[in-house]
Amino acid sequence: MLNQLRPALVLLIALTALTGLAYPLAMTGIAGAIFPAKAAGSLIERDGKVVGSSLIGQSFTSDRYFHGRPSATTAADPADATKTLPSPYNAANSSGSNLGPTSAALAERVKADVAARQAENPGRPVPVDLVTASGSGLDPDLSPEAVLFQVPRVSKARSLSEDRLRGLVEAQVQDRLLGILGEPRVNVLALNLALDGLGSK
Amino acid sequence: MTINGWIQIALFCAVVLALARPLGGYMTRVFTGERTVLSPVLASVERGLYRVAGINSAQEQHWLAYALSMLAFHVLGFLALYALLRFQAVLPFNPDGQSAVAPDLAFNTSASFVTNTNWQSYGGETTMSYLTQMLGLTHQNFLSAATGIALAVALVRGFARASANTVGSFWVDLTRTTLYVLLPLCMALTLFYVWQGIPQTLGGAVEATTLEGAKQTVAVGPVASQVAIKMLGTNGGGFFNANAAHPFENPTALSNFIQIVSIFAIGAAMTNVFGRMVGDERQGWAILAAMGLLFLAGTAVVYWAESTGSPVLNAFSLTGGNMEGKEVRFGIVASSLFAAVTTAASCGAVNAMHDSFTALGGMIPLINMQLGEIIVGGVGAGLYGILVFVIVTIFVAGLMVGRTPEYLGKKIEGREVKMAMLAILCLPLMMLGFTALATVVAAGLAGPANAGPHGFSEILYAFTSAAANNGSAFGGLSANTAFYNTSLGLGMLFGRFFVIVPALAIAGSLAAKKTVPASAGTFPTHGGLFVGLLVGVILIVGGLTFFPALALGPIVEHLAGGLGQTFAAGG
Repeated sequence: MLNQLRPALVLLIALTALTGLAYPLAMTGIAGAIFPAKAAGSLIERDGKVVGSSLIGQSFTSDRYFHGRPSATTAADPADATKTLPSPYNAANSSGSNLGPTSAALAERVKADVAARQAENPGRPVPVDLVTASGSGLDPDLSPEAVLFQVPRVSKARSLSEDRLRGLVEAQVQDRLLGILGEPRVNVLALNLALDGLGSK
Repeated sequence: MTINGWIQIALFCAVVLALARPLGGYMTRVFTGERTVLSPVLASVERGLYRVAGINSAQEQHWLAYALSMLAFHVLGFLALYALLRFQAVLPFNPDGQSAVAPDLAFNTSASFVTNTNWQSYGGETTMSYLTQMLGLTHQNFLSAATGIALAVALVRGFARASANTVGSFWVDLTRTTLYVLLPLCMALTLFYVWQGIPQTLGGAVEATTLEGAKQTVAVGPVASQVAIKMLGTNGGGFFNANAAHPFENPTALSNFIQIVSIFAIGAAMTNVFGRMVGDERQGWAILAAMGLLFLAGTAVVYWAESTGSPVLNAFSLTGGNMEGKEVRFGIVASSLFAAVTTAASCGAVNAMHDSFTALGGMIPLINMQLGEIIVGGVGAGLYGILVFVIVTIFVAGLMVGRTPEYLGKKIEGREVKMAMLAILCLPLMMLGFTALATVVAAGLAGPANAGPHGFSEILYAFTSAAANNGSAFGGLSANTAFYNTSLGLGMLFGRFFVIVPALAIAGSLAAKKTVPASAGTFPTHGGLFVGLLVGVILIVGGLTFFPALALGPIVEHLAGGLGQTFAAGG
């Protein structure tokens, strides 16, 4: 065993330095030089202030905005560090609900959300992504159907015509890559930024 | 299920198949010590490493020496990682002020990364400093992957050689795999991922003010460089808690596609390496065909189950299948495909929460792992895993016709079959034994977040994932406790090394044998009959072992869900 020790020790140290320091640090330097905005997290600024990242969803509760998907992320309870509190779209602690298909808690949550959504749009079936929590809790997107479902509510809150809003939404739809990969989607933060731009005109 | 969905799956399979031969050819050159296109740059680095480490690259090792080198390297790596986790609070590159990792979690995490499992009892962005992520975790991602590949190559040499004493040099295999295969591919992949939007920065978390005026803390970090090796090396340990579901680890449909391709790329190419090194590429394609059949069957079931959705939720007025725990940019097909790939390949990264899959959709990932991670499998580990099953298959075939079985001109005798069975039996012992323990002690029963059969599935999934060195989870299980950290850590170590050592013993014993020329009575091992027999043996062994446990978890949950029954936690 002893004659194995020198190669083991030397290779461990050398390969650690190579793959654990040189590689990530060199890649940080190169990536930062070629794609500075993306390497820093695709941050969006408005009036000189960071309002979020184009890849990370954020919580919208006002009727004046399109809402994203339910988010199951939590944060530590300031009163008791061993407990957690719901904190939707906490981008410092990503997580899904991890509720299983026969979970009573999941069934109750979805039932309540379906009822709340249908109040905006009576009689229409609710797009499934609008009432299910995403895997990361930070999903920035919605399906086009789930966005269009919210048009009547936003239209009322903003006093904008539904047609105008639908046009805005359709301009924001990203199709599948080459028509094949992924799913059609709308980035909710980008849509709401465009919506604010519309209101100020 | 949609036409587009099947096209996405078919495109994935086509790309993996197209890559297998060129990548296999390149890797064969690396393992046989020939010059490659990268030699002008890397040969001097390689020679320098050997000189400092006192390694004679021409000197090969007996299988026992090979195993000892591998173990010595892992013991040191384990200790170094443990120390790093315990001391991260006082070390540099810690902009978010993460504190020292607790002893049981540090043990679990060290075992996890050293064994290529990358089970995570912790949330990355809330626990690990950037230094730990790079120096500890990124680095072990490379070395555990390189080790898996090295061991597979040693076993292949056992088949390829005749009357030989040695199976190669562990140090040379490890170094060449890291330098010539993993590092260059990862550098290209890192840049691609940053282009797709994955962050790569040493700056701390960003404070944002949302449109509604709330504060949002956005965790970032040197993510892309870790994601590149996490997928290519079938490690699967995420930078963030939500792993590849997190938009910063997997921002687009294209990044997702490249990630699943890179999970399978090396594992599929290893079957071609095997074929080339034993002098008949058809032998490699036959093994890949068996893997492919099992993979396609599993993928079809997950995709069908997730598209159909859960009867409990379908009772409400909803459109579409099961989207709980899935991301919109991937949708149902790319999430189902990812789940099948990551569990077939011992990767363990997830782009959707398996815990929230339908009962049958979540059962396939379980089965993929329980079969022993041989459907493409972990880099290297998949190949030596399936070769162990090949030996059993050949043995069964030999019993049927009453001949001493042979494979590639080697007589398969008592010693090889015993070692193969030892490797095969280790996994169910760890998976089912620890699950049984956890369901009778209070510390184990405290873990599941879901009630009823799904709670049992959470426990079964955890120990299955650990022993199979997969690392994915039914994430509802509260695994960051002394009981789970310790038992899962042990499961990972046994599941890795109690397969590796018998596999190396087989390599040594085969290498020493003479080659018998093929005769009219030799069972051809490159045709459909052999592929069918191999698939049959894998399914029968797996089915007989795990059906009772699956019946208690996903199967009963599927039946209960069909009747609309739900289970309340804490009730």
